[in-house]
Formats: sequence, C-alpha cells, structure tokens
Amino acid sequence: MLSVPLRAGPVAPPVGVPPTTGPGTAVSVQGLVKAFGATRALDGLDLVVRTGEVHGFLGPNGAGKTTTIRVLLGLLRPDAGRVVLLGGDPWHDAVALHRRLAYVPGDVNLWPKLSGGEIIDLFGRLRGDLSPRRRDELLERFELDPTRKARTYSRGNRQKVGLVAALASSAELLLLDEPTSGLDPLMEAVFQDCIREVKAEGRTVLLSSHILAEVEALCDRVSIIRAGRTEQTGTLSELRHLTRTSVTAETSLPPTALAGVPGVHDLQVDGLTAHFEVDAGQLDRVLRHLSDLGARSLVSHPPTLEELFLRHYGDELARERTAAGADGRSGSGH
Amino acid sequence: MLLRFVVRRDMARMLAWVGGFVLLAALSAASVKGLYPTQADLDEAAAAARDNVAAIAFNGPAVGLDTVGGQVAFNLGAFGLVMMGLMSLLMVGRLTRGEEETGRLEMLRALPVGARAPTAAAVLAVGLMNVVAGGAVTACLVVLALPVAGSVTFGASFVLFGLLLSAIAMAVAETTENTRVVYGSTGAVLAAAFVLRAIGDTGDGTVSWLSPIGWAQKARPYAGDRWWPFGLLVAATVAVAALAGRLGARRDYGAGLVAPRPGRANATRHLRGTLGLAVRLQRGSLVGWGLGTVVMAVAYGAIAPSIDQFVRTNQALADMFAAGGGSLTDAYLATSAQVLALIGTGYALQSVLRLRSEEASLHAEALLATPTSRLRWALSHLALAFGGVLVLLALTGVTLGASYSLAGGPPGATYRALATLVLYAPAVWVMAGLGVALVGLARRATIGAWLALSVCLVIGFVGPLLRLPQWALDLSPFTHVPRLPGEGPRLLPVLLLIATASALTAAGLAGLRHRDVG
Repeated sequence: MLSVPLRAGPVAPPVGVPPTTGPGTAVSVQGLVKAFGATRALDGLDLVVRTGEVHGFLGPNGAGKTTTIRVLLGLLRPDAGRVVLLGGDPWHDAVALHRRLAYVPGDVNLWPKLSGGEIIDLFGRLRGDLSPRRRDELLERFELDPTRKARTYSRGNRQKVGLVAALASSAELLLLDEPTSGLDPLMEAVFQDCIREVKAEGRTVLLSSHILAEVEALCDRVSIIRAGRTEQTGTLSELRHLTRTSVTAETSLPPTALAGVPGVHDLQVDGLTAHFEVDAGQLDRVLRHLSDLGARSLVSHPPTLEELFLRHYGDELARERTAAGADGRSGSGH
Repeated sequence: MLLRFVVRRDMARMLAWVGGFVLLAALSAASVKGLYPTQADLDEAAAAARDNVAAIAFNGPAVGLDTVGGQVAFNLGAFGLVMMGLMSLLMVGRLTRGEEETGRLEMLRALPVGARAPTAAAVLAVGLMNVVAGGAVTACLVVLALPVAGSVTFGASFVLFGLLLSAIAMAVAETTENTRVVYGSTGAVLAAAFVLRAIGDTGDGTVSWLSPIGWAQKARPYAGDRWWPFGLLVAATVAVAALAGRLGARRDYGAGLVAPRPGRANATRHLRGTLGLAVRLQRGSLVGWGLGTVVMAVAYGAIAPSIDQFVRTNQALADMFAAGGGSLTDAYLATSAQVLALIGTGYALQSVLRLRSEEASLHAEALLATPTSRLRWALSHLALAFGGVLVLLALTGVTLGASYSLAGGPPGATYRALATLVLYAPAVWVMAGLGVALVGLARRATIGAWLALSVCLVIGFVGPLLRLPQWALDLSPFTHVPRLPGEGPRLLPVLLLIATASALTAAGLAGLRHRDVG
C-alpha cells in the first residue's frame, strides 16, 4: 500500500462561510432540540467530532441518533441549539457541505428497478467524485453483485450498496447511521478495514451504532446518548475512568466484610471468593481492604462497553424487566 | 383465523372496492333510466347501438338493448368485468407476493401456521370479496327494480369472472418473485381477453368464445339468462387454481419458478443526474398512461362520424352534448377531449405525488444527502409531470383527430383536436400545482389532490345534468378551458389558469424548501 501522505489538511471551508469553530472540529452540536409534535426526539444534545477521528455515536434504538444525523444533513430543521458542520450551517449550506460528506442510512432504501451498480454510479455522479477503480475494488471486497436489481437484494446487500457508494467517494466526512446492520461477521471485518483506511487518510467518521464491539474496535472517542441527551462523551479510556472495575478476588478470611466498604457494588460471595465492582475512585481503598483480608488471587478487568452500556441503560432495562413481569435483580447499586 | 387477520387489515381497501361497484351499478342503472324514460326511447337506442360497431367493441354483444336491464348490462358489463378482474389481480398480488416481498410473510410462516395457509387465507379473502362485490351489485340492481333473474345472472358473471382472475393471478404469483410482474402479466391476460371479445363481438361472435369476458357475457343477463357458459368459467378457474397449487408446492419461500433477469453493472450515460433518475423512474408510468389515452382516443375518434345519428334519436343525450353549442359532432369531440384530459390529469397527479412517495420511502433522503438541492430534486420530477402531460395531451389530441379523419371526418380534424387537447394543459397544470402545494405544505394530505380530481370529474360529467350553480361549476379548472370545436379560443382564462398553476407550484416548492424532509 502506498504510504499515506502527511495529512493534506482538511479542505478549507467554502469562501463566505466563516469557520465558527476551530479548524480541528468537523461537527459541533450544542443544546440541539428537535420535537416532532409532542415528542422531544432531541432534548439538548451535545456532540463534538474532531477532524480526523472516528467518533462512535452510541445509544439504544429511539435515543435520537438518526434524528441527529438528519439534522446534520440539513433534512430536519432544529428547533433550538447550535449546529456547525465542516464550518458551515447544515440547513443553509446543505448543497455546498454535501460535496464534502457522504452518508449511509441505517436502512438503505433503493429504487427497486435500478441495479446496485446503477445506483452506485448515480450517487457517484451526483457527488461528482466517483473513482471507478475504487468502486470496482470495493465491489470485490464486499462481494457485491452490481447487476442485480435492487428489489432482489437482501437487507445486507442493500447496506453494501450504500457502503460502496459512500466509501468510493473522496468525502472528508462520513456520516454512517448503523451501517453494518444486516452484514455478516466477514463483511463486518471488511467494513472495519475500510474505516481504518479512511481514518489513515485523515478523513473523519461519525459512526452511529449499537454494536458495541464495532465501536470498541474502531472509535477514538465515543458519545453515549439516551432519550435525546448526551450522557457521556470522551475516549474509551476516559469513559472507563468514570466507571467501575470488575474484580474477582480469593481471600484467606471470608470476604463478607467487603459489603460495608464504600465504592463496592454488586458483591457476590461464594465461600472465600468474592465478585464485585468498584468505583474507579475507590479502587485504592478497596485494595487495602483486600490485603487486610489476605488476598490470595486477584483478577480485575476494565469494564467492557457492554458494561458501560448496561450501567447507562440499567434503569431502563430494569424497568423493562419489571414491565415484563420477570424478577430480575436490579442492575446497579444506585 | 388468518382469514380474519387478512380481512381486518385490508378492510378499508376491500370496502372501497365493493362500494365502488355498488356506486357504479347504481349510477349506471339510474342514468339508463334517466336517458331512456320510455320504451320508445329504449327501442331507438337499441336500434342505434346495433349498428354502432365502436360501442359494441367497447361494451359487448348488443342483446336485450330494448330493456333497461339489457342497457345496464351493455353499458356496465364489459367495464365492470374488467374492474372486477383488476380488483382480483391487485388484491391477490398484494396479499401473496407483496407480503412475501416485504418479508412480512416470513414472520407469519415462522409461526405454527401451515406452509400453504397464508396463501389459502389470501385467496379465500379475495374470493369472499368477489362474492360480496357481485352480490352487492345484484342487490343494488334488484333494489332499483330491475328483473331479479337477470340481476342474479349479472352478479354471478362478475363473481365467477373475478374468481378466475384471482386464480390466474395466484398462478402467476407462484412463478415470479416480483409483485409488479404479477400485476403486469395478469393485466395482460385481462387486456387480451378484452381485445378477443371485442373482435368476436364486432364479428359473428365466435372469437368471443376464446375470451373469459366473452364467456361471462354469453350468459346474457336480462336477455335469456342462460347459465351454461358459467360452466366454462368454473372449469377454467378450477384448472388454473389446481395448477397454482402445484406450482406453489414446488418452490421455496421468496423464490419464484422464473429467475429474475439481471440489470446493468454500470449506469448508462443517461442516468447522470436527478433529471435522468426522474425519467428512469417515471417513463414507465408515462408510457402506460399515454397508451391508455391513445387507445381511448382511437376509439372516440372512430365513433365520432356516427355520433350524429346515434344521438339525434335521444333528446337527453343530445342535451348533454349540446351544452357547448355548435354541431353535435363538435360537442361530442369536445366532451371526449375533456374525458381524455381528465385521464391525463391522473398521470400528472401520480407524477407530482412521486415527490411524496420518494420522500416517504426514504429515497429522497439518500438523494438529498448528496450535493443535490431540494429544488433541483423537485424540479426534476415536476419536469416529468408538467412536460410529460403536455406530450401526452398532444399525442392524444393528434390520435383523436387522426382517428376521426380516417373514420370519415374532415381532413383538418387532426390539428383541431391537437389544439383542443393542448388547451387543456393549463387546467391540468392547475391540478398538478395543487399536488405540489399539498406535497410542500400539507404532506399528510396529498390524497386531497385525488379528491379534487374526482370533484372535477363529477363537475365535468354530472354537473350540467344536475344543474349545479355556476359557482360550483367554476370550482373545476376544466370548466374554464375553452371547448374548442364549438367555442372560439379565448386567451384570458388560459392565462389565468397558467397563473394559478404557477402560484400553486411556487407555494408548494417554497414549502418544500422550508420544511423537514423525511
């Protein structure tokens, strides 16, 4: 592979559009509100995507991910808040901005009577930057047959058409709304390779997802949203810092005494073995307690994104469980 | 249980169809009674129709025309049978292949439900609809004091023909993967049946025996009521249904027996921008509507020379045509032109409302995420709507005039008919502009455009007979079009129509630019 040239800085914003945020910011959203009738789909959402990063946009279904992306595309007009995309206003400068971005919807809907190849070419021509070589290479990598009519494609194949059309462009910003739904694990791996290449070229990606492994594998920074608000944002390590560490310890004395220690949650004792979670700030104190108890073995691991997620939506899940009538244990200590 | 599910989900659609048939039957019976109040009128009409080849080609064998029932069967029969067939094939396609294509059936099939049960439920539902629609037509005609035996025969012919078309649609649905192919091929069978019986009925009637519509009409409702031709319909239905059952047992879920054809790997140079895409998406619709109006124009033109003798004998018909003044033939041509223009409006509305369907299916979202402005996207489709309908009207006008000339009309008829139809363009544009305004400003209410068209249809055809006040007639843009043969051309109304169309379109486009999309 050719070495990537030193990042040939992001394309300057179009003349007449003063950069309202620093040149290092691709997307900046503050206090975004969007209501549909009585429902507030977005309720003061904040999001900052830095130029050149792969930013994970995480949230359960209905959290407002798609609505946010539609606002960024200038399809929806925000009710309140400040939105700056590539230095411009997504509503007023839509056409100029769209020259510099590519979009893959969550459920790619295609014209049933056009073939996949025709659709990819059409989008390339509308964008004006289709590289036939890159198109063919991507078709091969995604194992997509471009001659089939769109109505005969499975959901995964429709998704591939959208991905090939977007990845074959030279857009500096990719907006991907749950782009891998319907892809099998093999194609998922191809997709991850492609995104790493895009990142190596210095391009920016906003990747909305609820597939945690994908975000963990690809993203530099993550924003977690729920019910139209940003819950947390930061690098994965920053987010983990805010959360608990899972610990499994074997002690010489019965570890039941840990129950009263501040910062210990979800303690389960099985003879001389204890499983529990520790708030990051309390780890030091808990370790001292463990050594007092005569720690014989200790396994600790950072929380996976699944655990992060569970903590964020634990109350929701608990509510769902209650609603379902099942007697699940409550997710977290709070 | 499945049957109840199907019926409940599509209840509104089914009721609309059945209601449509009742309305059709009631209007037809009422208009026959109104047009021919005495037996002498009926006798004259029967004599005139017997020699009217074009009317026979469209309606069927001229039997029993000296009775009200015979006239109703003559006027409503062929058209009603075709509508019955359309209803059956649309519903079967929707409930079988349509369900399978969208994947909804997959969920149903995963439940403890027999593999053939959903198809059986769909066919049963459509069969039931046929029986209800046919029964309702019979009941309606009996209520309007037509002979019971004839009404039963007439209703039964509807039911049996609908069942045969349902069976054919089912068989096609088993062989192809695509709902549109079901509509297309079954529709072609229906069209072939119509053409065969038209050839047969205008000759000695032998060829009609090749057509299921012919079989239904050979039962001669109100003119002998012989039931044995129904045996042919029943036998054919059973045979085709058995074939469909065998085909269905042999295929996989989602697959057809005929593999779909592949498309192009690359777009041609025509598929370049939004206009190229709009052409590609709408050309089928334009060709379809265009063929429809052209075929009708051929028929209308061919009847024109004989209209004088046909109408002269009937005062009510003469009154209807005479509204515009001038000669009877001119009035008839003007009325024909209006019918064709109203049908052309159907294309224009469908084409404009494509904006909404593209938006609702999220196609617009993907397109507008590229450097394509909303205005550009909308104008591409509107070019097809406003320009397409102009082409359609011109072509239809030339055809109407040429057909009239060939059948014995004056040589200048072609130009005059062309001018007549093209003069309707501004009125059609007003309707299209209304569609744009609804898409831009009230996207949930786009059905209103079709309602407006049906109001125009009522005003155009029944308005003068109902003696509606002038302000009501003026509501329809078509009222303001100069009825060319007969009336002289007037410039002012045409300019006003164009101004109205422009204002509506501009308002709609402005709304589209400022509202949310999706």
